[in-house]
Amino acid sequence: MKAFGKIFGYIVLIIAAFLSLFPFYFMFVSGTNTNNQILSVPPKLTIGSELAANFEILVDKVDLLTSIWNTLFISVVYTVLALLIFSAAGYALAKFDFKGKGIIFTFVMGSMMIPSLVMYVPLFEMMIEIDMTDSHWAVILPMLANAFGIFLMRQNMLNFPTALLEAGRIDGVGEISLFFRIVLPNIKPALGALVIYMFTSMWNNFMWPLIILGSEEKYTLPISLAMLDGNPTNKNYAVILLATAVATLPILIIFLVFQKQFVAGVMGGAVKE
Amino acid sequence: MTKKSFVNRKTIPYIMIAPVVVIFLVFMVYPILRSLYLSFFELVSGSYEFVGIKNYQNLFKDETFWKSLLNTCIYLIVQVPVMIGGALLIAVAVEQKFMRGKAFFRTTIFLPSVTALVAYALVFKVLLNGDHGLINYVIEMVGGKGINWFYEEWPARFAVIISITWRWLGYNMIILLAGIQSIPGELMEAADIDGATFWDKLFYITIPMVKPIIMFCTITSTIGTLQLFDEPFILTEGGPNNATITMGQYLYNNGFRYLKFGYASAIGYVMTVIIGLLSIVQFKATKED
Repeated sequence: MKAFGKIFGYIVLIIAAFLSLFPFYFMFVSGTNTNNQILSVPPKLTIGSELAANFEILVDKVDLLTSIWNTLFISVVYTVLALLIFSAAGYALAKFDFKGKGIIFTFVMGSMMIPSLVMYVPLFEMMIEIDMTDSHWAVILPMLANAFGIFLMRQNMLNFPTALLEAGRIDGVGEISLFFRIVLPNIKPALGALVIYMFTSMWNNFMWPLIILGSEEKYTLPISLAMLDGNPTNKNYAVILLATAVATLPILIIFLVFQKQFVAGVMGGAVKE
Repeated sequence: MTKKSFVNRKTIPYIMIAPVVVIFLVFMVYPILRSLYLSFFELVSGSYEFVGIKNYQNLFKDETFWKSLLNTCIYLIVQVPVMIGGALLIAVAVEQKFMRGKAFFRTTIFLPSVTALVAYALVFKVLLNGDHGLINYVIEMVGGKGINWFYEEWPARFAVIISITWRWLGYNMIILLAGIQSIPGELMEAADIDGATFWDKLFYITIPMVKPIIMFCTITSTIGTLQLFDEPFILTEGGPNNATITMGQYLYNNGFRYLKFGYASAIGYVMTVIIGLLSIVQFKATKED
């Protein structure tokens, strides 16, 4: 019975791991084959020699470099702003008592339950009004109203020893340098989790950029991918899958390097009470 | 300490919280209120006309809206339990004492949840292709009949469900894993001494101990499913015959394809109310014991 249980456990995990990995393998391998090889039955599942040719077609169809640059720009600016604003807010919420704190915290938490879709029509209107449609800032700014990031920061600041802050104050350290020199360096793991979480959520963001960005030179990678797939003429799956591989690879590398922070970002809301 | 700086212990929390307050007022509070206001208006040749509750009345007579609601319910009822159950099973398996390669299994099974929704949906679109897809090839190889995934109603729904499950199972598994790891080891040892089987421990220790985390996963998955947009948009574009359309996509179509801002806002508000009600019900269920 014991042995049977062990075998069953391994079988479950091996199947789950295989199913998890296979689509990645398929995506990467297909980028090196031709469209016909992918559409043959069964599709070719070994590495081919068409990578360069597919790449040529891809950069001919979409302005890949611009798209990568746009996505990178938006994600980096968003992450830096979020890091500053959310850590400051988290610090205030965790370590100070001030008027309106309860209301602000309740509202921020409550906003997690409101579907962001509800906000897109008024936000779209707003961006037309101030003539900011088709601008990368129109993508970045509204997404900063993100309750999860603030919550993650607050939770991590709660454990920060107040005695350390008091000691700093006695030594005459100003409040601002207290935050930048003592608080932030001491919560680096939490900041790492926030950076990874913010960066990937923006890198992968689709609906709001799709609504607000109108011209091709402003497109982010997910939009370029959708456009590549949406164009019915000469649909080339090898090229589409190569493009998805290009969009996926950076995040995959970041994940494998910063696994700990990634997981901490996922858990932020769940494990800490 | 003669000069009293503007930045001091009293003012610093206000300074620190100010950016978030401004951002939330402009990009959250205002849009929420504006959306409610707009849901009572109709955009007629460039200007808003007050129409009372007409948008809501039309919505309740709108077959496509009901279908989007039905689809969302199907996704909820089928996908969320399968995914959470699967995630729990895998998390328990990974945490077994005898298991080797824990880190490998954790990492690979979590891997799908780092991919962009658009990217993985495109991969599944190719894998599920009715004529040339690998999944149909495998089905036929084991003696089944290939499925016309994207051109029949139920298969199309299952195509969406299969894809979402692939993307999110590992994510929930990681969260559940943390819960399982926080169960005190003595509890399991005591159960072992008493001769408890694997299933005894699963049903009488593990599941009751991680119930709050299971509820957390269920609530976040429910909220996520109710807002589903990217996957059906890429995989099926809501078809065939609106069999996979979600409320999110219907809102998008009305708001940004037909520019019916009032109607789209009404859809958004109905969604908000549904999400609010379901969250309250699920929170209540968690608090029960």
